[in-house]
Amino acid sequence: MTATDDGGLWVYAERRGSSFTPVSLEILGKAKELSRQLSVEVTAVTVGNDGGAASELQRYGPDHVLELVHPLLAVHDGKAYAKALGTAIQKAHPSTLLLGATRNGQDLAGRLAVRLRTGLTAHVTSLELDGGRQLVGWVPGFGGGIEAGITCPEKRPQMVTVRPGVFLAPPEGSPTGDVKTVKVDLSEEDVGSRRVSFEPKGSSIDLTRADVIVVGGRGTGGNFGRIEELARRLGGEVGATRVATDAGWVDRDRMIGQTGVITRPKLVLVLGVSGAVQFTVGIDGAGTVVAVNRDPEAPIFEHADLGIVGDLGPVVESLLRSLGGA
Amino acid sequence: MHIVVCMKVVPRPEEVKVDLATKMLDRAGARSVINSSDMNALETALAFRDAHGGKVTVLSMGPPPFEPYLRVALAVGADEAILLSDRAFGGADTLATSYTLAAGIRKIGKVDLVLCGEESSDGGTSQVPPSIAEWLNASQATYVERLVPGKHGTVHATRVLEDGKETVELSVPAVISVVVGSNEPRFLDYDRWAFAQSAKVQVWNEKELCGDPQYLGLKGSPTAVAGLREVKKAGRRRETVTVTPDEAASRIKAEIDRAKIARS
Ligand SMILES: Cc1cc2nc3c(=O)[nH]c(=O)nc-3n(C[C@H](O)[C@H](O)[C@H](O)COP(=O)(O)OP(=O)(O)OC[C@H]3O[C@@H](n4cnc5c(N)ncnc54)[C@H](O)[C@@H]3O)c2cc1C
Ligand SMILES: Nc1ncnc2c1ncn2[C@@H]1O[C@H](COP(=O)(O)O)[C@@H](O)[C@H]1O
Repeated sequence: MTATDDGGLWVYAERRGSSFTPVSLEILGKAKELSRQLSVEVTAVTVGNDGGAASELQRYGPDHVLELVHPLLAVHDGKAYAKALGTAIQKAHPSTLLLGATRNGQDLAGRLAVRLRTGLTAHVTSLELDGGRQLVGWVPGFGGGIEAGITCPEKRPQMVTVRPGVFLAPPEGSPTGDVKTVKVDLSEEDVGSRRVSFEPKGSSIDLTRADVIVVGGRGTGGNFGRIEELARRLGGEVGATRVATDAGWVDRDRMIGQTGVITRPKLVLVLGVSGAVQFTVGIDGAGTVVAVNRDPEAPIFEHADLGIVGDLGPVVESLLRSLGGA
Repeated sequence: MHIVVCMKVVPRPEEVKVDLATKMLDRAGARSVINSSDMNALETALAFRDAHGGKVTVLSMGPPPFEPYLRVALAVGADEAILLSDRAFGGADTLATSYTLAAGIRKIGKVDLVLCGEESSDGGTSQVPPSIAEWLNASQATYVERLVPGKHGTVHATRVLEDGKETVELSVPAVISVVVGSNEPRFLDYDRWAFAQSAKVQVWNEKELCGDPQYLGLKGSPTAVAGLREVKKAGRRRETVTVTPDEAASRIKAEIDRAKIARS
């Protein structure tokens, strides 16, 4: 497809259980904003074994909701989902497709981009339009506090996966747009994998929604018991750097940053973290940042409202004491 | 089963610099390592082979200096190593990279499983594995932590998702990406070291790969780097103090109280 195609802006609304992933709604909101600048229409597209749930999407302002359905699409399969979505895209020629950078979102995006022979910008943390109405996806993490703006000048649709938590989902409004349900043409050979079992996570944690986060890094020395206690006392959640999750001190889904999650709590308390850019992109949207680090030169202080230079251990104990209880 | 492991050599993350003039990553000053989740992919492949038979081939696309790293994979236990190397492959984004690797896999011939890491650390996107799967019309499972044989020549893969663990049955050929840290990669085998030193690492250039040139390298890459800029620093107060723990605690408490009121 060429750069002149303009069947509008499509957003992949990824189903999770009976609803959608939060990032689906976040990018739908962003798409709405971009569509005003571009004067194009926004289509939210879903894939599944039935329609349903479209009314939820309609509350986020799309011009159209497109449901691609087939019994073989009940559970995510990269191969089958890419065929279903790819076929619809080849018919309607959207200029842009946004997807959430969830695990299944990426599983689908990588495959779909090849199917459509188009460019894919992955993991963006901000989206802008350049003068020529072209989308620029900014991707941090090339070291040294630099981010790269990636475009797809000639091929369409331009595909972008967006990190969860970087955009705020708009407030729900009254329903808009029409709903179209299309039965996909699909056979057994189009399916690559079949779910045998699913073991839901006991307590699923979503740091993008937390109001208060207490983050521990290498400087905690793995002593997360006190960090958990502090988070509990503050009614917040525990977050961690990659060093801490790689070491197995904390579950990987508590990792904050470029590979982890992008958070925007009211307050984040950052303990024993140096402040690498791959981490700080995950807290730059926070209301207030307080950091404790014994190294006065630590870059984290550049990203903090209040920085305490000192050993985190005694500070944590003193804070726990002043919050009352054991 | 014939298992191909896609292995990438990456600069040590902390040593990479960016050349603002050329908008390119400057790897020159950085030492390299094998991408960490690729080591987990290699271990998954070797364990699968050791338990169920077959052969493991490591495949990499990159410049000639990647070759010694492929020998490391041989010393660890891989049976064969192939490097796809040509100036024509340079400047590839995920579309072109996956095309080139898929072309290499096609040339290898009968391959049942392609194992990749979940993501490469040098600006990686985790998109290469599902992209390879599409080029090969293979089935796929990404973010896999466990791989075992299933019935009728299938494999069962357990995927780590945000809301739980999903086990899927996959038809082969299949492309699988392995999550970082899902196993303990084995050490170099001393007895294999001599073999690895003298073994032949096959190097295939563009001509030998027989790919379609329109999909290779920079020309086959639809995305472009339009600009580089410094990451915007959020407007922070940046007040730094050195105080006693008790004083620190009360300062922090004041921030907490203020933050809660300010944004609720
Ligand atoms: C492609 C890529 C993606 C990445 N993605 C992420 C990501 O999503 N999230 C992430 O966090 N990282 C990520 N990283 C890693 C990142 O670059 C850093 O290595 C990591 O954030 C450092 O973690 P840290 O601050 O815990 O450890 P360190 O950098 O080792 O810092 C530890 C800090 O603790 C301080 N300290 C030590 N002891 C004490 C004490 N007793 N009291 C007070 N302070 C103390 C030290 O002064 C030091 O500043 C990524 C890297 C790459 C290359
Ligand atoms: N140049 C390459 N050579 C071999 N394997 C690669 C290459 N690039 C990516 N891969 C594989 O694809 C995985 C995901 O990479 P990426 O999509 O770049 O994050 C890596 O962990 C490797 O297994």
